[in-house]
Order: sequence, then structure tokens, then C-alpha cells
Amino acid sequence: MTAMIRPEAEWRAHLAEGRFMIQRSRSTGCHVFYPRIVEPGTGADDLQWVEASGKGVVHAVTVVRKKDPTDSYNVVLVDLAEGPRLMSRVDGIDVDAVRIGMDVRARIVEGEGKPLLVFVPA
Amino acid sequence: MNMRHGFPSGRTAIVGAATFGIGRCPGVSAVDMAARAAMLALADAGLSLVDVDALYTSAPYEALGGMELSEYLGLTPKVVDCNRTGGSAFEVYVQQAALALEAGLIDCALIAYGSNPASNPPPGVGMTRQSPWEAPYRPVAPISSYALAASRHMHLYGTTRAQLAEVAVAARRWAQLNPEAAVRDPLTIDEVLSARMISDPLTARDCCLFNDGAAAVVMVRADRAKDCARRPIPVLGAAHAVTHREISSMPDLTVTGAAISGPQAFAQAGVTPADIDLAMVYDAFTITPILFLEDLGFCPKGEGGRFVENGAIAPGGRLAVNTNGGGLSCVHPGMYGLFLLVEAVRQLRGEAGDRQLERAELAVAHGNGGVLSSEATVVLARGA
Repeated sequence: MTAMIRPEAEWRAHLAEGRFMIQRSRSTGCHVFYPRIVEPGTGADDLQWVEASGKGVVHAVTVVRKKDPTDSYNVVLVDLAEGPRLMSRVDGIDVDAVRIGMDVRARIVEGEGKPLLVFVPA
Repeated sequence: MNMRHGFPSGRTAIVGAATFGIGRCPGVSAVDMAARAAMLALADAGLSLVDVDALYTSAPYEALGGMELSEYLGLTPKVVDCNRTGGSAFEVYVQQAALALEAGLIDCALIAYGSNPASNPPPGVGMTRQSPWEAPYRPVAPISSYALAASRHMHLYGTTRAQLAEVAVAARRWAQLNPEAAVRDPLTIDEVLSARMISDPLTARDCCLFNDGAAAVVMVRADRAKDCARRPIPVLGAAHAVTHREISSMPDLTVTGAAISGPQAFAQAGVTPADIDLAMVYDAFTITPILFLEDLGFCPKGEGGRFVENGAIAPGGRLAVNTNGGGLSCVHPGMYGLFLLVEAVRQLRGEAGDRQLERAELAVAHGNGGVLSSEATVVLARGA
């Protein structure tokens, strides 16, 4: 069994190398995000890093509205093809055009000097 | 009355209830307000500080709130709790106090709250760290989380912004009957729809107030309750469910933990939603009563938007909901759960003035904490 000692740090290290990795339990076969020591629910502690396909579907969306409409931005929940759900945003599309059910794919961009995981229309 | 599903149904009662400082309460500290409400509730019960041997309180901006209030009141309680389940903490306290009273560990529980963040802005943003998995995307906390849940409900069930607005309009109509409510000007559906959008689909009028307020209740065992000054309000059920902390981990955005705590509390009480005369359901945002009315079983899942249409939860509607005006129009100083309980007690006692329900025998008080994270349901009865 591989002990996941520093889940967030390891995830960010992979992201910095341009890879979106998620965890998968060897015994249950389930994928896990956000990164943890054990799989939630089962407690399986045989989590390994695997490369995410990057495919996802928008599960929920809101647009944070600012006084200047050009400053408004979307916040979404995305269901990854592998199962886990995460918060993100969809770039490369008008904020009002993001729809629940749309297919998206992951992209690593730069956000405030650090790698940031976002999604773009697939 | 006996143990049902692990709860001592009907064996404890609320015997004192009070509010204080609703709206604006400047010039004092939060703990001053909590203490004032506590003393008012004790006087209401015909009890005094020396009777209190358990203290439950949550201060939004003070992690050590339990010890702070205990010290302020000069107590050395057998039980002190300051739980951090947001606005649902108070319904959880009713559960915990009932269990401790039933066990004979304590004899008199004081549940109190006070906060004046509108008059006395707290120094920090809050007491919790931001999730590193959500913060980079800058959701507005907490409204964007509720907005995400609303977006899902609208997508799956066709719930509309106009139906959300009905919740705000109904709350305002009840507030107009409550002299304590902070906001009582007329409000129309159109005004809610054209209010400033903050995080789609929620506008400024879809959000609870941000003002000051304090409240307290006192609980004793039923056999002692009959000697107290006021009609005792038996606690028939109290249940709690925590399903997540952050919205991205909510198992199902359209089904809250109320679907667990509600049925459990009703089973403890031996009643069903059809028996309930008053539903006090935490209205942090207009989407939340819709979700809770569904999850508590007042209407089928997905039908909440249709259920609240045409004034159905306003005065004169099919179900009395949030008769004090709610967090949306009465009071919301950061944590609102205790005010739900006080209003339920007032209605069941027959003290609700112009907003008094003709029939008030059974009430449910449902508290919410975090971002639909913690749900706690209490069932109260008018008692003998």
C-alpha cells in the first residue's frame, strides 16, 4: 500500500508539471477528488495518482455579477468523467453561455502566478 | 411520551423564550446581547440564573463563545457547548439539551445567541479557512454556493426566478404583521426580479438580511415544566444531519440533509408533515425554504417551486411558513436558528399577535448551517 502523505502538495506538483492527476483506489476502483489520505466513505488507503481524462460535464453554474458587466465571471461545478465533482470556471465562452449539461475539458492555465485548473468548452 | 428512535419525545419542554435587539443594537457587544436575551428568557420561564446548569451558545465571531457567555453569566455549568454547525447549531442544542435532561445529567438548559455584526462590524472575515479547492474561482461566500444549488434545481425541475421571488414576497407579508421584523415595506415579485443580481439566479432580495439580534430559550424536563410561569412547549423530536462542508462536496445539490433529519424528527414525534400547522424553515436565501419544504415532506421533491406559488406560504395561504418574516425580512445576524425556535414557541403559546395562526398545535423548526451543510429539525407541540 502506498501511503498518501501530502495529498494537496503532490497534486499541485503534478499540476505544475502540466498534468491534471486525480486519485484512484486500487481496491475499489473509484476515483477521488479533492486529494485525500483515504477514499471518503470506504476509507480505502490504497490511493494512487492517475491522469484524469480531462473530460467533464457542467453540473451547476452561477455567474457572479459585477457593476461593470465585463467583470462578471462564471463559477461552475463540473462532474468529471471519472466521477468526482469539483468547482471551477469555464473559460473561452461568454459568461451567459455556460449551460448545465455542456461538455467541457480541463485546461491548466496560469492564475495569480500559480497553475490553475479551469475548463473550456469541449 | 417515551423514547422513540433514540429521542425522549415529550419528556422535555421549552419553558422560556425571548428575543432582544432585533434590527440594530449598537453600543454593546455580542455577549451583552446574548446575556440580555438569556435573562429575558429566564424571567419568561419564572426561573433565574442559579437554576441554569447547562449552557449552549454559538457566537459567529468568537470561537470560545461558550466559555465567554458562561463566564459573563457567572455560571459553572455541567455542560457547556459551542458547536460550529452554523445557523443549525440551535436546533442541535435542543436535541443535545433534551438528551442531557433526560439522562438527569442536567436540570435546566439555557440556549442563547447574540450578535450585532451590522452595528459592530467584526474584525475578521470569519472564522473558517477558505477551501483551497474553491477559493481560486472566487465564489461569493456563501451566496454563490446557494446559487449553484438553485441553478441545479431550476435545471432539473423547472423552478423559476418568479417562484423564488414568491418566497421573498411571502416572508415580507408575514413581516408586515410582526412589529419586531426589521423590514416591513411592501415587496412585489417584480421588485425581487428586478433587484440587483449578485450571483445568478439570486438577487439582493433573494438574500437574508444582515442585521443584529439576540434570542434565548430555556428547557427543563416535562415534570418540572408544569411549575414554570408559561405554558410549556414539549419537544417531540430533534434530529441532525451533516452531509458536507463545501458545495462542491454536496452529495446531491437538490436534496439536503433535511431529507434525513426531517423524517427522523417526525418519526420521533410520531407525526407527519400533514399534522404540522407551522413550518419555520431557515430562509438564508429564497431557494432554501423550497428545498426544505420538499425534503421535510411538505411536497414532493421538485415541486417546491410550484408549492410556493400564488402566496401559498404567505398569510392566508395553504401552509404557514416563517410567520416572523424569516431571515429574509425579520432578522439574520449571522446565525438565525434560535429565532426559528422562539417564533414557533410564540405561535404555539398563542402569543403571536396579528400573525397568530388560528390553529397552532404542532410546529417544525428547521435550522440550516454552512452551505446546506448541516440540517437540524425540531418538532414542538402546544402541550397541555
